[in-house]
Amino acid sequence: MRVPLPWLLEYCDPGLDVHGVEERLTMTGTKVEAIHRQGVGSAANFVVGRVLEAEQHPDADRLKVCRVDLGADAGGEPAVIVCGAPNVAAGQTVAVARPGAVLPDGRELGEARLRGIVSEGMILSESELAIGEGADGILVLDGQGADAQLVPGTPLADVLEIATDVLELEITPNRPDCLGVYGVARELHAATGAPLAAAPWSEDPGTPGAVAGAQVSVECPDLCPRFTARVFEDVTIAESPAWLKARLTAAGQRPINNVVDITNYVMLLTGQPLHAFDLDRVAGARLNVRRAHDGEQVETLDGQTRTLDGEMVVIEDAEGPTSIAGLMGGARSEVASDTSRVLLEVATWSGPNIHRTSSALGLRSEASNRFEKGLQPEQAMHAQAVATHLMVELCGATAAPGTIDVGEQGRPARVIRLREQRVRSILGVAVPVPRQAEILGRLDFASEPAPDGLDVTVPPLRRDDVTREVDLIEEVARIDGLERLPATLPARRGAAGMLTHAQRVQRAAEDAMVGRGLHEVVGWSFADPELLDRLRIPADDEMRRVVTLENPLSQAQSIMRPTLVGSLLDIARHNVSRNGPDVAIFESGTVLRAAREGPGSEEHHALGALLSGSLTPRSWRGARDEADFFAAKALLSSMLDALHVDWSVQPETWPFLHPGRSATVLAGGHGSEPARLGYLGELHPLVAAAWDMERTAVFAVDLGKVAAAAPPVVAFSPFPSVPALRQDLAVTLPDTVAAAEVLDRVRAAAGEILDDVNVFDVYTGGQVGAGRRSLALALSFQTQDRTLTDEDVAPVRERIVAALAGLGGELRG
Amino acid sequence: MIERIEQLQAQAQAEIAAAGTSKTLEELRVRYLGRKAELPQMLRGVAELEPDRRGEVGKAANQARQALERLLEERSVELQAQELEGQLQEDLLDVTLPGAPPQPIGGLHVLSATRRELEDIFLGLGFTVIEGPEVETVHYNFDALNHSPTHPARARTDTFYVEQDLVLRTHTSPMQVRAMEAHPPPLYVVIPGRVYRPDSDATHTPQFHQIEGLAVDEDITLADLKGTLLAFARAVFGEERDVRLRPHFFPFTEPSVEVDVSCFNCEGKGYMPDGSRCYLCKGEGWLEVLGAGEVDPNVYSYVPTTELNAPGYDPEKVQGFAWGMGIERIAMLKHGIPDLRLYFENDLRFLEQLP
Repeated sequence: MRVPLPWLLEYCDPGLDVHGVEERLTMTGTKVEAIHRQGVGSAANFVVGRVLEAEQHPDADRLKVCRVDLGADAGGEPAVIVCGAPNVAAGQTVAVARPGAVLPDGRELGEARLRGIVSEGMILSESELAIGEGADGILVLDGQGADAQLVPGTPLADVLEIATDVLELEITPNRPDCLGVYGVARELHAATGAPLAAAPWSEDPGTPGAVAGAQVSVECPDLCPRFTARVFEDVTIAESPAWLKARLTAAGQRPINNVVDITNYVMLLTGQPLHAFDLDRVAGARLNVRRAHDGEQVETLDGQTRTLDGEMVVIEDAEGPTSIAGLMGGARSEVASDTSRVLLEVATWSGPNIHRTSSALGLRSEASNRFEKGLQPEQAMHAQAVATHLMVELCGATAAPGTIDVGEQGRPARVIRLREQRVRSILGVAVPVPRQAEILGRLDFASEPAPDGLDVTVPPLRRDDVTREVDLIEEVARIDGLERLPATLPARRGAAGMLTHAQRVQRAAEDAMVGRGLHEVVGWSFADPELLDRLRIPADDEMRRVVTLENPLSQAQSIMRPTLVGSLLDIARHNVSRNGPDVAIFESGTVLRAAREGPGSEEHHALGALLSGSLTPRSWRGARDEADFFAAKALLSSMLDALHVDWSVQPETWPFLHPGRSATVLAGGHGSEPARLGYLGELHPLVAAAWDMERTAVFAVDLGKVAAAAPPVVAFSPFPSVPALRQDLAVTLPDTVAAAEVLDRVRAAAGEILDDVNVFDVYTGGQVGAGRRSLALALSFQTQDRTLTDEDVAPVRERIVAALAGLGGELRG
Repeated sequence: MIERIEQLQAQAQAEIAAAGTSKTLEELRVRYLGRKAELPQMLRGVAELEPDRRGEVGKAANQARQALERLLEERSVELQAQELEGQLQEDLLDVTLPGAPPQPIGGLHVLSATRRELEDIFLGLGFTVIEGPEVETVHYNFDALNHSPTHPARARTDTFYVEQDLVLRTHTSPMQVRAMEAHPPPLYVVIPGRVYRPDSDATHTPQFHQIEGLAVDEDITLADLKGTLLAFARAVFGEERDVRLRPHFFPFTEPSVEVDVSCFNCEGKGYMPDGSRCYLCKGEGWLEVLGAGEVDPNVYSYVPTTELNAPGYDPEKVQGFAWGMGIERIAMLKHGIPDLRLYFENDLRFLEQLP
């Protein structure tokens, strides 16, 4: 909300500069988001002048040469000012910039020669002062302000707010009472102790009772708790005086005409929106408030036709709806230049209902913004009182006797006990009871002493926000407490901060990837349903059971990712197109599926990696490792082995993986069903192509399952003091025999004496014959107590060879 | 004979001194001291001399041999040293070539690194880390956090809905009540995680990350919140930092505050040494980093007492604080990241720079 500072200071002036006011408001809960300057930067050299003569310029049809009285200080002699405005005339009181004045656009005014005549200044329009939009002609001050007899030479700033600081405030949603200047003034009063002027509505020139010639009925009191209206006759529609336009402009409202401007001004002052009807255009001179019919249409002031539903509220006259309640008036009963009778509506609407309607119609206004926060019924008459003053004063209107007032006028005040001890225990700092009472008093809360503190009466405008003791503690704290608060630490009884096993596993797994040179990425959780097709996921696959959003930002962001592969590929493609073909990335994040039964989701934290191109940067010294199945498997090993997970892979096809190069990653399984950790493989070429990728290897594991398979504590196992005996063995086998099976046979045949066995070379080619391959095995034999010799292991080796022969193996050379 | 010995010795000495390589030296050794060489032959022939000459000749020959052996050894050491020096000169590498094979350098994403940094700070302050579901019930996301049934945040413009009563969590706060349901007081937890809101513009992404904090015990005050967040601010932004609490409003805390940290770029002054306005805090001297407050008593009323959390959370007996901070915001401030979208674009040129 924009609050022009002079307007605020009219009700509470703490004697601070704008930054002082900013600091006090910000630190007590009304944050000043920005300070704007409205009008001119400096008021120097802007004065009131009186046009003594205005004669045609001898050499220019559109210019007039004026002699302008600028007062005694200007040297006594009238200044010669050349003016191009059509409306300038002798006798006018005007706003003048003298040489040296700095205009809002930053230009410093000098003496200028205009068609041969030196002009000693400039007669100004509203827009030249940036206090309004009037640019058609000069601003005429006659009859403006409190004193029509303005003295030439008077600083212009004394007459008009031409150099105004405007505070842009953030009003929190619990404080609709601060959506008006007077509410903010009360905050400034509380924050500084400076006196607060009487409320502008404290004297109401209007009268209660029935109003002749106008009627109001409310069919939905649940959505319209109070509806008040007054009638004004003999209204003269005109431009508003300059001071009013300047204030509205500074507050961010466009001046329209005096009646509309009054409704806006009163709203800005009291926080309560108003609406003016041209009573002669209200058919039947009666208004009815009701729920709209489903599909009902209303043409609003902005010329648009809006379609309503049954939970929206309309105000109708004898010919049908004229306004959407709380949001916008209708074109049909709008105040126009010929309006002479005004019905001024001030109503209270249900905040949530207004919020709903405003959201549904995409229609937001200063009024709806206030109503949706929830205004109190008392505020309606605040606005009527202030508006009645102004209608009479500025529009020459007569207030018709009476006030239409339908609905509740208010509710009884709540009294809350505020315990002194509770204030201290919540804040951690004591606030003396008399100080509490003083603060609350400034905020319009009455308080009476109670045995253990105060009994506090909540003022009407705060009844929705302050309902409990803790709400009062907040009121005390924000005015006096927060800034004095010491910085202490909790006692932390029984609290020891530590990560869980699963959290440590997650970090270790991520660190393993980083240590191998991968970059972590953070992808989008949102995915396109088409992702599933691009990944070739069959219709009946588990992965199709996705979490779908009812209100996505777009179709392409309408499901939650059931796999990390999609976001990894999106990111890989981005980088390939920008940074070249080598990509080595991983992501550690949540993947989601819809619950198998009932509502909700199944979520797990996955770690997925993607490799494409070369794994190492180009080097002057030799070959590069290409990203393929085994590169990905080695990477997976580096993670799972570091975590001491007992794991293996099993050939298995996955829809998005190359059918010959894909596997399921398993954990455990010795004597029990193995846990399926995830998958490993090269992407199916069609999937890779869908992302414009070359050969790409991926894996992903469920880190929750990895954590379950990783021992939280690794137990020490003693190792022998004697060295192991190492031997190599080369064997040719049918190429259908899996390496894992070979190793299993070797282990089984050798028994405990075999400490370790691994494949260190694989060869296929002419020497071993078609359909066969050669595996070179590194064997390591070990006992606890004795150094082994070749003779010792010879029988073991024989058993191994025999076992391999069972697989079709033959020793090589 | 003696003359011949002296002649041989002189000749050998000159040649040894002149020898330029170990190979030449070895040839000289063979020529003068080898089995067939003259001097050893003379020594072997001493026995055949007349007895009165044997001593004289034998001694002279022996001395000559020993002298030559010594000279050969000395010269050999010299030459080897020279030759090693020469070899080392030839072994010269261009040490400015890059190491090989190159070791790729990986890194955590700056959001992960920042999340870990924050987790570690609060672990040090005695908090444990817990996580929660991203698809959350309306109950935990709004109702139990004291949002009125008509609170605007529930609107479909502000929250992603999966079903009528199921949303993508809009903050990490739903874990407050879940944590209290699962553990008795005292409770000290931080909850990092991904959250979602349907905003997408220069300053909003529809997914972002928060770290929630919750401490509930018998006597946890707003002053304790200030002290805890002061420790956080100093750990993240430097020992010189200060914090201030500004009143604010959140449905699930009362009193509610926004927490500002004094600007580390301008030392809280708002302007730089050259007099220009600080770009980071825009002249304010303070950076808004998070929202916090004392847990609203209404929130405790949503925590049923069960075997798991007995004796439960009676708002007259327990009190505490909670906060929620944005990880993107902290990382953005700390590293000067200008645009939120960089986080999720994952361009390698971004990833390689940070953290």
